[in-house]
Amino acid sequence: MLRVVDLQKTYPTGDEALKGVTVSVEGSETVAMIGPSGAGKSTFVRCINRLTEPSGGEIHLDDTTLTALGDDALRSARRDIGMIFQEYNLVERLTVMENVLTGRLGYVSAWQAFRRSFPAEDVERAYEILERVGLGDMENKRVDELSGGQRQRVGIARAVIQQPKILLVDEPTSSLDPETSDTVMGLLTDIAAEREVPVLINIHEVDLAMAHADRIVGLHGGELVFEGTPDDLDERGLDQVYRGADVPENVGNGRASEAGADGDALAEADRPLAGET
Amino acid sequence: MAAERREWERFDRRRRIGRFLLTLVAAVAVVGSWRFMDTGIVRPETIPREVGDLLTRMYPPDVAYTARIVGPLVETVQIAALGTIGALVLAVPVALLAAENTTPNAATFWLGKVVVTVSRSVNTIVWALFFVVLFGSGPLAGAVAIAFRSVGFLGKLLGEEIEEIDFGQVEAVRAAGASSAQVLLYGILPQVKPALVGLSIYRWDINIRDSTVLGFVGAGGIGVQLFRAVNAFAWQSVATVLIVILGVVVATESLSAYTRGLVR
Amino acid sequence: MAAGSRTWERPTVFPRRGVKWAVYAGVVGFVIWSGVGVGADPARIAGGLGRSGSLVGDFLPPSATPRQAQRILDKMLESVAMATVSTLTGIVLSVPIAFMAAENLSPKPLYALNRGFISVSRAFNAIIVGIIAVKAIGFGPLAGVLTITFKTVGFFSKLLAEDLEDIDMGSVDAVRASGASPVQILLYGVVPQIVPRFAGLSVYRWDINIRTSTIIGIVGAGGIGSVLLTAFNRYDYRYVTAILLAIVAVVLVAEGVSAVVRRRYT
Repeated sequence: MLRVVDLQKTYPTGDEALKGVTVSVEGSETVAMIGPSGAGKSTFVRCINRLTEPSGGEIHLDDTTLTALGDDALRSARRDIGMIFQEYNLVERLTVMENVLTGRLGYVSAWQAFRRSFPAEDVERAYEILERVGLGDMENKRVDELSGGQRQRVGIARAVIQQPKILLVDEPTSSLDPETSDTVMGLLTDIAAEREVPVLINIHEVDLAMAHADRIVGLHGGELVFEGTPDDLDERGLDQVYRGADVPENVGNGRASEAGADGDALAEADRPLAGET
Repeated sequence: MAAERREWERFDRRRRIGRFLLTLVAAVAVVGSWRFMDTGIVRPETIPREVGDLLTRMYPPDVAYTARIVGPLVETVQIAALGTIGALVLAVPVALLAAENTTPNAATFWLGKVVVTVSRSVNTIVWALFFVVLFGSGPLAGAVAIAFRSVGFLGKLLGEEIEEIDFGQVEAVRAAGASSAQVLLYGILPQVKPALVGLSIYRWDINIRDSTVLGFVGAGGIGVQLFRAVNAFAWQSVATVLIVILGVVVATESLSAYTRGLVR
Repeated sequence: MAAGSRTWERPTVFPRRGVKWAVYAGVVGFVIWSGVGVGADPARIAGGLGRSGSLVGDFLPPSATPRQAQRILDKMLESVAMATVSTLTGIVLSVPIAFMAAENLSPKPLYALNRGFISVSRAFNAIIVGIIAVKAIGFGPLAGVLTITFKTVGFFSKLLAEDLEDIDMGSVDAVRASGASPVQILLYGVVPQIVPRFAGLSVYRWDINIRTSTIIGIVGAGGIGSVLLTAFNRYDYRYVTAILLAIVAVVLVAEGVSAVVRRRYT
């Protein structure tokens, strides 16, 4: 279980990206984090495995306090956190297999990594996962020969082979067309469910979030403004997330009692739909 | 309309004045330089005759001399190869220091830049003078000199290549819990590998040319034979050596161009 | 799904794995053979490295008597003068050679001859050209000018010839169609197309020539190089360091000047 308490991030430029955000991801649920661009979604996800160093707050993954770890311990802890990126971030000039096995680097020595001699069970698992994501027989293709959808499948395989305690997913579909986006999101949540891994997805396409997530949290201006199930997310909730309307008292079920006509129109206009990037 | 045209003219005139001044400076520099030089007793108009005279004495090349230069020629190739490999080994850390995105801090960045600048500003032959003092005369000094000269070249260009890499790929490897060495192997190395191979081959090609003169300061290679022949006024042997050098240089240049074409 | 574990090996560019190992073994063998060839035995390297500490001590701090400093200044000016003069002479000679070495403007035999000359010029290190120039016309800066001119011609006419081969023949034809003479065709159809790069390349070559001119004195072809060699031969290492610092400074300044001029005026 991931517990993020009062997470703050201020960039050296003075930009306050996160102003104290508290979020938990439990069991094997899929949590989607929505919000306009610049809301701090990416920063939040990247702070969890400290690719971006948080300025304040605490992050707990099961019994480990990630924010308190030194370099070596952090490296071990990262083995338990799978991450999937917006631009795939695959190593373009390596093969599909090498990219998937990158997920096991934390368990082999540098020399083994150089020789590409990974334990047999890792290789076997890599094959299985590749088949699961629909890339069987593609293991020796170089990543720069693949399409966007195929690349993101490799990205998923790389994260899953880590056998992580949680999957962090940063805008997985914003480089994909709408149809592929939906397929990739479906694949991602299915695999997570099969393996009972909780997922935190940062995504700006509300439709995809509603279709695939168990729970939705909304960020605006570095603050948590919505938390609830997809069903709770009505126009009022969207208003809060995308227009920064005042945070009402009933955060938690997200039910909005009254939504002005004016607000509706704007919310429609502001809300990005699946496929828009 | 008229005002626009005037403005355009003014700009053009300024440009023209700039160019005129630049040409003037160049002209003054050339004339001044010529007058400054003490050209001695040799009169410039006699140069073509003198050079022609020398070339005549080189003909025909002494074919028999070829047998004596095979050994030194092989040595030249060895010096270039070892020098390039040595430079490559040293250049990788230098490049990592001299690249803004991989250098640990400002001090190491400047250290990288200084190593690159010093290596590049000192000619191979000067490096050779230095290493002859250190290792004694012979090809070892030559190989080390070649390596020291090449470090700056490779370090600079490789460093620029590292600055261009996609850092997202590096980050993804780091996010999986990889150690620094593994990040280097999986995140950075694959991205710069084509440049690494291409630049090394290119530098090897340059080093073959540079190795031909090391002999003048006693650092081995075919230059030893060349300068011996020159000092003995054995012009026909000199011609043979020059032809052999030309052949080797042209061959390595084509080989280098071909191999660089293969790397993708 | 095969039972048990599947294995995976990284695909290679070689047709078979055996070939790959043979190539690797060949490379390693070549390096070892080269190492033996140049006499790189560990004891000698260790000995040299052991001495390097005290040797570096001999080189520091740099020092020069006023007379030596004056000599550095004189000879350095001579180097710069040599580089400047030969940039001009080199470029002037490059222009006709470039035209003769441009495939689209020159008859085949003339083209081959000039391309051959360019290859020769580029193949030989300035030191080799320098030593032959010195033997031909005697010691002094004139031999240096000859050397650098020769090297400049190879560099410049190659690039210029490539530019000439890339020019738009349409505009050349247009000038010809208006009834222009061959000289007029050259001036109006060809020259305007290559002038922009010309200026930048000249300054760039001047910068390279400065580097060359600080070295070829070693073989007696004028400039600071002779002072450097003398200092080395007299074991006057602190003076050597002073000379080297002067060379590095001049080279860096020339590089800076060249970069600024190229950025501003081209």
